[in-house]
Amino acid sequence: MLQSVAVTAADAHRAIDAVWRIESPRLIAGLTRIVRDVGLAEELAQDALVAAVEQWPESGVPDNPGAWLMATAKHRAIDRLRRNARLERKREEIGRELEAAQKMATAVPESGGDFGDDLLRLVFIACHPVLSTEARVALTLRLLGGLSTEEIARAFLVPESTVAQRIVRAKRTLTAANVPFEVPAASDLEARLASVLEVIYLVFNEGYSATAGDDWMRPALCLDALRLGRLVAELLPREPEAHGLVALMEIQASRTKARVGPAGEPILLLDQNRGQWDQLLIRRGLAALERAEALGGALGPYALQAAIAACHARARTGEETDWAQIAALYDALAQLAHSPVVELNRAVAYGMAFGPAAGLELADALVSEPALKSYHLLPSVRGDLLAKLGRPDEARSEFERAAALTRNARERDLLLERAAACSRS
Amino acid sequence: MRFLMYEVDNRASANTPPSPALMAEMGKLIEETTKAGILLATGGLGPNPTRVRSSGGKVAITDGPFTEAKELTGGFALVEVKTKEEAIEWAKRFRKIVGDGESVIQEVFGG
Repeated sequence: MLQSVAVTAADAHRAIDAVWRIESPRLIAGLTRIVRDVGLAEELAQDALVAAVEQWPESGVPDNPGAWLMATAKHRAIDRLRRNARLERKREEIGRELEAAQKMATAVPESGGDFGDDLLRLVFIACHPVLSTEARVALTLRLLGGLSTEEIARAFLVPESTVAQRIVRAKRTLTAANVPFEVPAASDLEARLASVLEVIYLVFNEGYSATAGDDWMRPALCLDALRLGRLVAELLPREPEAHGLVALMEIQASRTKARVGPAGEPILLLDQNRGQWDQLLIRRGLAALERAEALGGALGPYALQAAIAACHARARTGEETDWAQIAALYDALAQLAHSPVVELNRAVAYGMAFGPAAGLELADALVSEPALKSYHLLPSVRGDLLAKLGRPDEARSEFERAAALTRNARERDLLLERAAACSRS
Repeated sequence: MRFLMYEVDNRASANTPPSPALMAEMGKLIEETTKAGILLATGGLGPNPTRVRSSGGKVAITDGPFTEAKELTGGFALVEVKTKEEAIEWAKRFRKIVGDGESVIQEVFGG
């Protein structure tokens, strides 16, 4: 009996977690519109969650959990407003809005309401340029991904208190800067959207090739990023780069299974079993890329990267890869967004399209690049090209240097293995 | 985690086309799950399934409908969520729209 009660309570908590993940972004967005303060809105949403955790295990999950959470949060808002002197000034104004919101809530069924605009405003607040990148990442995962502080901390391998601090400070910064709850004006939209997409891709990349730790990949984080990317692309369906980023992430994620070996070791693109690539994600990625291109965005930085990923996805074998096309796409990318990392990738593509000497020429030009000084992929690429050119001694020392630079244990093993292979040849 | 959700039914009415009102509600749910970034694929299923059975190295083909057994009807959705409970929550929302009947949720392992 006791056990079955415990099981039921645990079941109820899991059900609440699920509802929270689905409802919390809309809940926080809707509340922010009412109270005009994202920090307060999140606290109110948390209050509603606490109430759910107290009541649902007894009463069961209500029929419309989203509406329940919203109604509860609104009651808390009114309670707080009554108590809180800090908001005294705003009380009348917000009280009126609350009343109007409550009228609306009874007049319009929750499922029929359009939360899209509020969600979009929340996206832009969480990724506001007034915040540091780290703060944007934490806030976005927390407010829009429905992740707990603990989950974010685990994903980024930092103490929970650090993430909690970041979020508290971020919310304070937003309040202090009086950041409005709005979608940026058209003139500002491109730059602000770039900031949003950057945050999402950063989350994706942290999951796709973890910068530190024992696991090379943390797929759950990739899925969080994909989910956020799909959300933003659907909220801004006319923005080609949003679709470009989704395309890039879908196609990269399609390789998740194939790029890790049985012992957790990374498997390089050309060595992957393409039968393990997820064709569903590839098709979704290609469709998203088509949308980006149809909107005139073929030359956007994410669309270009997606087009490169698509070249790999379309090739049934590594040999079939259209490297000349990839090299051309990297040329375009380098013109658009010149960066040492893009140059390095261009070197790899040139090496494949036009021979290792052509690649090495580009890679060698990067050796004095300060930004790549401790970037393990530069010596790793040079090692690969040198090995192909039949210069094993130089290749070995490059792989060893790369191994010493990476902070990822799995990647280090792979690099040391390649160094050892040079000695054998 | 990926889950396949589908309806099973053995009612004769399972083959009647859905009302425009139901279609509109379904459209909203599909939009919502697409926006939430969890809907990977969805589709409706045609009314007359065909069974391909093998036994002792022989393959037999039978055309439906099979009134004696529950069969997949209506449609399916492939969703990507964090927990089974999340899939259940979406299935509850689906059931609220379509009314009486039964849905099945099964985890899909990577191909």
